[in-house]
Amino acid sequence: MGSAPAVPALAATLPLAIDALAKRFGTLTAVAGVSLEVRAGECLGLLGPNGAGKSTVIRAIVGRVIPDGGRISVFGAAADTAQARAALGWVPQELAVYPRLTCKENLVAFGSYHGLSGSKLAESVAWCLEWAALQDRAGDLAGKLSGGMKRRLNMAAGIIHRPRVVLMDEPTVGVDPQSRNRIFEMIEALRAAGTAIVYTTHYMEEAERLCDRVAIIDHGRIIALGTNRELVHDAFASRSQVLARFAGAVPQITAWVESHGGRMVDSTAEFSIERSIQIAALLDSAATDGLELEDVSLRRPNLESVFLHLTGRGLRE
Amino acid sequence: MILPIIRTAIVSLRRDRAALALSFLLPIAFFTIFATIFGGMRDSTPKVSVIVVDEDQSTGSKQLVRGLLRESSLVVMTRPSSKEKTAMPDYTAATAEAAVKAGDAPVALIIPKGFGQNPISFGPAQNGSAIQLLNDSSDAIAPQIVMGMLQKVAMTSMPVTMAEQGMKYTGQYIGGLTPDQKKRMETNLNSLRAIQSKGQLDTAASSNDGAAGGIITVHARTVVGENKKSPMVSFYAAAIGVMFLLFTASGSAGVLLDEADSGTLDRVLSSHVTMTSLLAGKLTYNTLLAFTQLTVMFLWAWAVFHVELFSHIPGFIVMGLSTAVAVAAFGMLLASLCHTRAQLGAISTLLILIMSSVGGSMFPRYFMPPAMQKAGLFTINAWAIDGFTKVFWRDLPVSALWPQVMVLLATGIVLFLVARRIARRWEFA
Repeated sequence: MGSAPAVPALAATLPLAIDALAKRFGTLTAVAGVSLEVRAGECLGLLGPNGAGKSTVIRAIVGRVIPDGGRISVFGAAADTAQARAALGWVPQELAVYPRLTCKENLVAFGSYHGLSGSKLAESVAWCLEWAALQDRAGDLAGKLSGGMKRRLNMAAGIIHRPRVVLMDEPTVGVDPQSRNRIFEMIEALRAAGTAIVYTTHYMEEAERLCDRVAIIDHGRIIALGTNRELVHDAFASRSQVLARFAGAVPQITAWVESHGGRMVDSTAEFSIERSIQIAALLDSAATDGLELEDVSLRRPNLESVFLHLTGRGLRE
Repeated sequence: MILPIIRTAIVSLRRDRAALALSFLLPIAFFTIFATIFGGMRDSTPKVSVIVVDEDQSTGSKQLVRGLLRESSLVVMTRPSSKEKTAMPDYTAATAEAAVKAGDAPVALIIPKGFGQNPISFGPAQNGSAIQLLNDSSDAIAPQIVMGMLQKVAMTSMPVTMAEQGMKYTGQYIGGLTPDQKKRMETNLNSLRAIQSKGQLDTAASSNDGAAGGIITVHARTVVGENKKSPMVSFYAAAIGVMFLLFTASGSAGVLLDEADSGTLDRVLSSHVTMTSLLAGKLTYNTLLAFTQLTVMFLWAWAVFHVELFSHIPGFIVMGLSTAVAVAAFGMLLASLCHTRAQLGAISTLLILIMSSVGGSMFPRYFMPPAMQKAGLFTINAWAIDGFTKVFWRDLPVSALWPQVMVLLATGIVLFLVARRIARRWEFA
C-alpha cells in the first residue's frame, strides 16, 4: 500500500493502477484515498465488511461512479476512456443478464455492446461458453438455469470481450461447492492466461485459495495489503490463538480472562500465545482459580483471524 | 450500438407472452367492443359549429343570419377565423364546402340568391330559393340540430316576412281581405316592422318548442364521407389504438426499471453503450413496436370492419410513425421519472386514462364542451386521432397532415430530451 502518485511509465504497463481514489456520497465518505496496483496475471483480493467501500472502488474502476479525487488508470488510460473500457471486464454481484434470452443470445448481446461482431463475436461466444462449461446449455433461457449456471453465465458475460483486467464482485454467492470449484477453475484459467483480476468476496477461504495478494478495506481506506502470509505475520507475528470455553458465571469468567491478557468473544475466551507450551500454564491457572474447562483448542491465525482482528467483530449492518 | 439493443428487446418481447397479449390481443378486443357498441351511436346535444354563407344579402336573409347568430346552441361562422388582425373574407359556397371537408365545421348553410323573395313556403318549395345544407357525415347530430334551429329562427326572427307571406297565401287561396281588414293588417305590420327595425325582438329567448320544421326548404347534401361504410370504425381504430399504444409504450419503457434493478443497466453502461445510445435504441424499438401495433390494429379494422386501409397507405404510415414516436417518447419519460415498476404502472394508467378520455380516445371530442375540446389539444391522443381522421375520413392528402405530424414529432423530441435528462440518475453516481 502506498500513497505516492503512480509513476506514469510504470502505470502505462500496469493493468490497473489506482492512486488516492476518493468518493463521497453527501456527508458519507465511501472511499478515502485508496491506492492499489494490480499486475498482469495477478489476482488481488479486495476484502472488507459490508459498507467498507469495496463496491464503490469497483464501480469507480468501471466508470459507474465518478470519483471526487484520485486517479484510476488501466494500462495507462483513464478509467472512463474507451481504451480502458475495452480492457476492463466486470462481473457484478447481481445476476445482470437477460432472463428471457438464451445463454448464447446473452453473450451475443453483451459482446455486441462491447463492439464485437461477425466471426470475432462468434469465436468469443464459443470460447466463453466453453470457459463457463455452458456449451450444452447454449440454447437454454438464462432465467431457467440453475443458480450455479447463472453465476457462470454472469461471469462469461463479463469477459465476452476478452478483457485483460477483470473485476469480480462476489461471483460465488449462493452456489453449491461443485459450481464454486468450477468457478475457481475458470478464474485460475484466466489468471494463467495473464489476466489481472480484482476479486471481492466475504469467503476468506476463497481469498486464501485464489488471491496472490489481499487488500483489506474498511471505512473507505486500505488497512492492510500483502500476501496472505504477510498479512498474518504483520497481524500476529508468530503467535497462535488459544480458544477456550469455561462453565460458570460469565462475569467471573470474563474477569479472569481479561486478567490473563485475553478477551471474551461471544462465549469463547481468546488468548494470543507465542509458544504452545503457554497453554499448560493458562489451563493450570484456570483450574487453580476454580474455572471448569469445557473445551480448548489451539489455532494458527489465518486470513479470517486477520480480517476480524483488523475490522473487529461488531456487526456493521 | 442501436441494432443490438433492438434485437435484444425484440427477443425479450417474444419470450414474454403476457406482454405480447397486452400489446396486440387486448387492444383488438377492446377496439372490437367499442366499435361494435358505439359504431352507430348518435345521441347527444352538443353546441354545433355552423358556417353560414349569405349569397342573397336580402332583408330576409340578413334577418335569418342575425337570428342564427343569436342562437346560443350554435357557433355561427360567416368567415374563417384568423389570428391576425386583418379580417378574412366571408365564406363563399365553395370555401364553405372546402371548410366542411377540412373539418373546420360539421355543417354549412348556403342561403342562395333569391331566397328573400320566397323565404318561407307553406307548400312546395320555390325553385332556387331552398337553403343548401352541406354536412360531414361523421357527425350526424349536427345537421339535425342545425336544421331544427333554422326552422325555429325562421319562425322567430322574421315575423314581418312571415306575416307578409301569410297575407300573400291568404290572397292566393281565399281571395283576399276586405279593405278594412287590409288596413288593420297594414297598421299592425308597420308596428311590427318598427319593433323589428329597433332590434327589440328577442328571438334567442324564445322557446325551442316552436321549432317545428318545414317552413324553410332545405336541401341537405353530404360532402364528406358520403361513400364511407362504417363512419365511426376508423375513428375508433385510431382512438383505441393510440390509447393502447400509450399503455404498451409505458410498459415497454419500464424494462429500463427492470434492468436498473437487476444490475443489467449498470453492466450495459460499463460497455461501449452510452446512456444516449441506449435510450435512442429503446426509443427506436418502442417506436417500431407501437407502429407494428397500429398496423395490426388497422389490418384488423380492414379485415373485419372494412376500413379502407390500402387506399390510405401513405397517410397511415406518416400518421402511424409520428404517433408511434410521440407515444414511445411518452413511455420513456414515464419510465425515467418512476423508480419502481409499481409506480410506473399506477402513474401511467392514471395519466393514460385521463389523456384518453380528454383526448377523444373514448368519445369523439366534438361531443365534448369547448373547454374540454381545447384541453384535449394537450394530449397525444387528440392530435393523433385528428390526423387519422384526416386520412381515413376526409381523404385529405399527406401534405394536409403537417400540423398533426409537427406536433406529434415535436412532442416526441421534447419528451425524449426530458427523459434523457432525467435518466442521468442512472448514468453515474
